[in-house]
Amino acid sequence: MKPERRKWHERLKVTLWTLIVPPSVWAAHFLCTYLWAAISCAKAGRFAEFPTLFAVATLLALVVIALSGWIAWRQARTAGDPAPHDQGTDIDRLRFLAKSTLLLAGLSFVAVLFTALPVLFIGDCR
Amino acid sequence: MSLHDQDDPALRAAQEDRLRRVWEPPKGLFLRWSDTNNNQVGVWYVLTAFAFMLFAGVLALVMRTQLAVPENDLVDPGTFNQLFTLHGSVMMFLFAVPMFEAVSIILLPQLLGARDLPFPRLSAFGYWSFLLGGVFVSGSIFFDVAPDGGWFMYPPLTTRTDLSGLGADIWMLGLSFIEVSSVAAAVELIVGVLKCRPPGMRLNLMPLYAWYILVVAVMILFAFPPLIAGDVLFEMERLLDWPFFDASRGGDPLLWQHLFWIFGHPEVYIVFLPSIALFAMLVPTFARRHLLGYPWIVLAAVGTAFLSFGLWVHHMFATGLPKISLAFFSAASEAVAIPTGVQIFVFLVTLWAGRVVWSTPLLYAAGSLAIFVIGGLTGVMVAIAPFDWQAHDTYFVVAHLHYVLIGGTLMPLFAGLYYYWPLVTGKKLSDRLGKIAFWMIFVGTNLCFFPMHLSGLMGMPRRVFTYPEELELGGLNLASTIGSFIIAAGVAVIVLDLCRSPWRTKAPRNPWGAGTLEWLAHPQDENWGIRSIPLIESRYPIWDQDDFVRKVDEGRFFLPDAEENRRETIVTSVLDARPVSVIRLGGPSWLPMLTALALGGVFILTTYHFYWAALLSGVLTLALVLTWLWTGTAEIPEKPCKPIGHGIELPLYISGSAAPGWWAMFITMMADATAFSGLVFGYYFFWTRHENFVPAGMEGAPGLFWPMVALALGVASWLLTIAAREANGGGRIGLARTALLAGICASGAGVGAGLAGPWLSGLDPTAHSYPAIVWTLAIWTSLHAAVAVIMQAYALARSLFGRIDAHHDADIRNVTVYMHFFALTAVVAYATIGLFPEAA
Repeated sequence: MKPERRKWHERLKVTLWTLIVPPSVWAAHFLCTYLWAAISCAKAGRFAEFPTLFAVATLLALVVIALSGWIAWRQARTAGDPAPHDQGTDIDRLRFLAKSTLLLAGLSFVAVLFTALPVLFIGDCR
Repeated sequence: MSLHDQDDPALRAAQEDRLRRVWEPPKGLFLRWSDTNNNQVGVWYVLTAFAFMLFAGVLALVMRTQLAVPENDLVDPGTFNQLFTLHGSVMMFLFAVPMFEAVSIILLPQLLGARDLPFPRLSAFGYWSFLLGGVFVSGSIFFDVAPDGGWFMYPPLTTRTDLSGLGADIWMLGLSFIEVSSVAAAVELIVGVLKCRPPGMRLNLMPLYAWYILVVAVMILFAFPPLIAGDVLFEMERLLDWPFFDASRGGDPLLWQHLFWIFGHPEVYIVFLPSIALFAMLVPTFARRHLLGYPWIVLAAVGTAFLSFGLWVHHMFATGLPKISLAFFSAASEAVAIPTGVQIFVFLVTLWAGRVVWSTPLLYAAGSLAIFVIGGLTGVMVAIAPFDWQAHDTYFVVAHLHYVLIGGTLMPLFAGLYYYWPLVTGKKLSDRLGKIAFWMIFVGTNLCFFPMHLSGLMGMPRRVFTYPEELELGGLNLASTIGSFIIAAGVAVIVLDLCRSPWRTKAPRNPWGAGTLEWLAHPQDENWGIRSIPLIESRYPIWDQDDFVRKVDEGRFFLPDAEENRRETIVTSVLDARPVSVIRLGGPSWLPMLTALALGGVFILTTYHFYWAALLSGVLTLALVLTWLWTGTAEIPEKPCKPIGHGIELPLYISGSAAPGWWAMFITMMADATAFSGLVFGYYFFWTRHENFVPAGMEGAPGLFWPMVALALGVASWLLTIAAREANGGGRIGLARTALLAGICASGAGVGAGLAGPWLSGLDPTAHSYPAIVWTLAIWTSLHAAVAVIMQAYALARSLFGRIDAHHDADIRNVTVYMHFFALTAVVAYATIGLFPEAA
């Protein structure tokens, strides 16, 4: 054990809860986007009035997903134990959860982009 | 006990005798139905779901016969409506979902090396609920009162009592009852996967089937409750004339469509993922190698689960929602193709990299993938809104969904049937009959459903009982009808194969040479599940661990005995499966069946408007549940710990988040909170639908005062329960009891205060959707306050009777979990109806 304090992202170990962070961010972004469009169309009759708010929310979602992906990517390469890393050791379990998180981060990143695209192309509530 | 003790054959025989006696099923014509062991309940469950599938299949054959030629008059339009409604509803609610639960109840304990699932009586309760509700709903067609509004029951056609009869109530109440049993199964399966794995089976060694089941059970928790919320609103409108879906009084039929499809689309994946999970078990067996890309399957399962909740509006593309909303759902619908594709590629790559042994189960698997991919591709087409506007409500959609469901659910289940039949019965099915049946079903499916793409594009609408000759659809429809009978003949061959099974000889143990735990099962099956609970070091222990089967059989692993003559299994930690405790499991009992009957009475009697009898049935249900809890749960063991072998000693009593009971309460309350959020969604949905949310004459109702009083009482009751838990843990029993008593008073007062707001401000729920939804939120929260009274009183009684003390506090901890959720419900509900600016 090293005497110095480990960096914050090393202390943040992936678990079953962190596994679902990227898709949860997608879900939150999706829900906000849907509600934002539905409420502004119903109440104001238009939605393009706050595109900055939408852009900020999308960017925030992408940053959080990328960050959790980055942490997962680092932990998915934790050194020690031989390949192919499918044994019941601490490191292999960590690598597995980290790799799954990384893959989910990739999927969630793409899915957030998918959700954001319509706003670029559709400008009104018809 | 040391390892070498197990060298003694006499000791082993004595252990086996004890295990056999403890796990012996009740015998006799009547007593056998009180069994709760997963081996028996699972088999009943599978057979019942299979029978419903055959029944719904016959309904489909009648429909196809009616449509074989133009202007046919085999059945009248009313009967035809009942046929397609019941066909869809039975296949979805009484076959696909229960079948996955049934298969999991059989397989999961075997896969996890557990003696049984953590709540065997809950499984039995779920089964009896399913049987009763299923017979009630299906039987209605023989009295010409079957539901006839389509499997999605769109209002206002179905909520107006002058347009639809008893069928709508039968659908709504009968299937609500089935939904209860699905949520019960979800609780059982989640806790089973998370807490009952064998020591050493960390998350990364878990069989992929268990991963899929975990994901699907969590999906059920979030998918079924919105439908339950919808059912509540629906029945309030039908029985009490509260206008949630009546546009003339401020309601909106689209609210039902939202709530139904928030359930309905995830539902498709709920029935698809567990079936595809069977592939994750049989593909490695026949490829003779480990499955490649284990984390990719987890990505696929978890990714699909999330995305599937962002698809529901693609069933509503033609309802006139803003195009931008449609586009979001269209985008998510395209995105879900990514994880779905990933898992198919994982299976293909594994087969490619392995040395494939061809077999009947693998034949079904390969065929179903081909059919599923065709359905998936048309799914990508209808996910594009402009195309969907052309295809909506035509036979193109019928073709799409049948390709998806037959390729993604039915045929994988047949693959599983041929693969796992030896596990359950000890006998193989006939390869020859299996292959004949496969080709009949494969050819029949394509002949039946491919022409429907064309008839749909040519303009044939869904759900019509006949069509004119001039449309020139006769040939295509005749082909579909011939195809449907070929499928039916194929299924008949499978049934024949099953019926001949009792006369066949036993197969050898592990006949496919598989590597996963479930194949430890012996053809001369013992009821105890597994001889000793193994230490897992690999994903395929039978292949990889030395002498694994012999060590299990000779009781050289954990818990090889039942010294105290109790049914037991090991509870482990969530991530790393470290042994935490030994829990005692419930044995045979009539309580699950009686509780299911009583609860069924509530739903069935309400259908026929026998409200007093229904209330009586409800009281009976409560009494039975309390008896069940009092006699069967959180029992204080005769000694604190027991050895499980290899020098490990585990506690016999645990409470809090390490205990299965705590998780069950937490999971149930997640479902409850989701249903509640469906109702809250309704409130804000109405707000978006109206220029003036609160209709004239109701401004300022229900006011601020009473909702805030009810909110304060709810929070006080919650804090008092937490105080009681803390005081009890600190050994100050008197203080704990006082706090509980004060909590009971606060919760009880909260019931009245919650209802006082809408009552005293004179809100008439039949006048408009606004008072109706305010009343609904108030009643929902008050009912929860009433349940809080019962829970707190239960904890108090347990304390008074010495069943709770400072160290044995499972009950009070579980009640506290309920109270966390109750406080959340009270805050959201009363803040909404009291503080929302346009209502305040």
